[in-house]
Amino acid sequence: MTAIDPTAHLTAAQIEELGRELDAIRDEVIASRGEKDAAYIRKVIKAQRTLELASRGVLLFSFFPPAWIVGTAGLSVAKIMDNMEIGHNVLHGQWDWMRDPKIHSTTWDWDHVSPADQWKHSHNELHHTYTNVLGKDNDLGYGIMRVDEDQPWHPVHLGQPLWNFVNACFFEYGIAAYDLELGKNLSKDRRKNPQFRARARAVGRKIRKQVLKDYVIHPLLSGPSFLSTLAATFTANVVRNIWSHSVIMCGHFPKGVKVFERQSIEGETRGQWYLRQMMGSANISGSKAMHFMTGNLSHQIEHHLFPDLPSNRYAEVAVKVRALFEKYELDYVTGPLPKQVLSAWGKVFRLSLPNKKTEVTTPEREPELLAA
Amino acid sequence: MVTTPLAPSDYLDLVSPLRAGADLRGRIEAVHPETADAATVVIRPGRGWRGHTPGQYVRVGVDVDGVRLWRAYSLTSPPHRQDGRVTITVKAIPDGKVSNHLVRRATPGTLIHLDQATGDFVLPRAKPAKVLYLTAGSGITPVMGMLRATAFDDVVMVHSAPRPHDVIFRKELHGLVAAGKLKLVEVHTDTDGMLDIARLDELVPDWAERETWACGPAGLLDTAEEHWTEHGLRERLHTERFRPSVVVTGDGGEVTFSTTGRTVDADGATPLLDVGEEAGVLMPSGCRMGICFGCVTPLKSGAVRDLRTGEITEAEPGVLIQTCVSAAAGPCDIER
Repeated sequence: MTAIDPTAHLTAAQIEELGRELDAIRDEVIASRGEKDAAYIRKVIKAQRTLELASRGVLLFSFFPPAWIVGTAGLSVAKIMDNMEIGHNVLHGQWDWMRDPKIHSTTWDWDHVSPADQWKHSHNELHHTYTNVLGKDNDLGYGIMRVDEDQPWHPVHLGQPLWNFVNACFFEYGIAAYDLELGKNLSKDRRKNPQFRARARAVGRKIRKQVLKDYVIHPLLSGPSFLSTLAATFTANVVRNIWSHSVIMCGHFPKGVKVFERQSIEGETRGQWYLRQMMGSANISGSKAMHFMTGNLSHQIEHHLFPDLPSNRYAEVAVKVRALFEKYELDYVTGPLPKQVLSAWGKVFRLSLPNKKTEVTTPEREPELLAA
Repeated sequence: MVTTPLAPSDYLDLVSPLRAGADLRGRIEAVHPETADAATVVIRPGRGWRGHTPGQYVRVGVDVDGVRLWRAYSLTSPPHRQDGRVTITVKAIPDGKVSNHLVRRATPGTLIHLDQATGDFVLPRAKPAKVLYLTAGSGITPVMGMLRATAFDDVVMVHSAPRPHDVIFRKELHGLVAAGKLKLVEVHTDTDGMLDIARLDELVPDWAERETWACGPAGLLDTAEEHWTEHGLRERLHTERFRPSVVVTGDGGEVTFSTTGRTVDADGATPLLDVGEEAGVLMPSGCRMGICFGCVTPLKSGAVRDLRTGEITEAEPGVLIQTCVSAAAGPCDIER
């Protein structure tokens, strides 16, 4: 935690100049998008489908322990690929420019209980627009946790490390509930709202299909391996859930990431919006394989600056973005996965308790900052 | 249920993209140069291909620089070729993304997307006694399909091209002439100038007695239509246009594609189909010249202008517009 506003040294003109430089980085990628990128996403999709088919094939013989291990590992990786590098990014419209109706944000659906259109609304429209704005961006604590010292403490927050762990294990259901804004919509007067009911039914249908596939049909197809295949698909889902939960926690929770007041985004300029994304996101450092398995959300800062650029280009964009952080003397929050996960969990634990006396004021946040 | 949220076909496509029941695709098997800027592409169509009638065209979806682009090309192969292959012949036009790609860069083995053959520029069931083909440039392509498929007792072709070596299929045409199956009049416009339709009396004295199929640039077709109409023979002339004739443009406006959630500024001359595709919206498309109605899309609000007539269409419940020949006439919302 820094005691000084990390962007205080920038003038309004500098912030707009920063915005123009970021626009130029974006334009460069868009101008050079082409055949290689298209080949990349098709290769990834093909690999994912092949891996999933092969893993489910192996799981037909899951009573044999080595087959269980190989099949479960393969299926976990396939589900992670489906959700992260493929699903999340396709649903962002990162590949819409290819004009391929099979790989398009309006036609895609993913191996996940939240229907694509509901997730697109809460994620693309709300979270990406209001990134880290308290009361606007529900990704902050998913509406069930206290994530900032300024949020009033309540005894219920004592349990938030537990909620967070349960949420991690069943993350896809957490997301579906969150996309439905279940907390808000279950109140008496909202429960009967026909729009909410229609959306809830859509989630119900999606859950039914997913559960039937993973916990009934594939186990049945395995015959004598029914129970072991059931255990395998359950394990793969939990592995995928914990993995994506961890990656996503690293995006906005670790130490050094700033949150913003509701008023601070009124009349926000393009440059200020960019700056908020830069200060409100954190990266994960690591190998190419790690970046791939996070769906390139390890380049969270770059993803938040340019949510619709193809994910395979974030690595090259990161070099240029990082140079801008240095040029404008801003803090680029990044670290290896274990460190960032621990940092995020540390916050969940710390804020489950009331603020210590010395932390009553939170100088890391300057509400007026971006409205200036 | 087994593969939700995907369909089994998503997996089958990985191994057998040309199988029966798949979306219609084709595989490029060879590209044969015809002239310096034209080539014939040999395609093995998927099992779902229902064949074609000579003179018809097929829409092909080709990935150029990673972007799926659809264009229509005339089929030049006779129907029911023994090996089941079909050919299209493509002339590279300046700045033509798809045509240049197909002529110069396409490689055998590439998968392309297909629609079924369509078009009514075809020969009648009852053979006419005398036939005239009036063509220019790549306008020869649909006619070549006819020439290869159907022999007539008396057939004349008047074909215009800049220079002799620009004539697509020249060798084959001369072969037909040598075999006595075709009378050919070549007009080389670089040296002879554009074909003056009044010269038809001299080139083909009995043109008025002939059932005529004409294909080429708009200029040629417009004069031909006038000429045949003047002589009261309009019903004897069959024409095929490759592009719509745009006559009216106006002020554009802000176009919203509400389903996809994109908003862009559009001028009053660009078809909304192009505007949407440029913005990454999945637009249905067809002939791109206002004929096939494959691109019709609901207009939710605002107004659009028909580029061929200038007619303004305003949004009302149930109003569908042809996006390929409509441009924004003020702000509008297209349901895509």
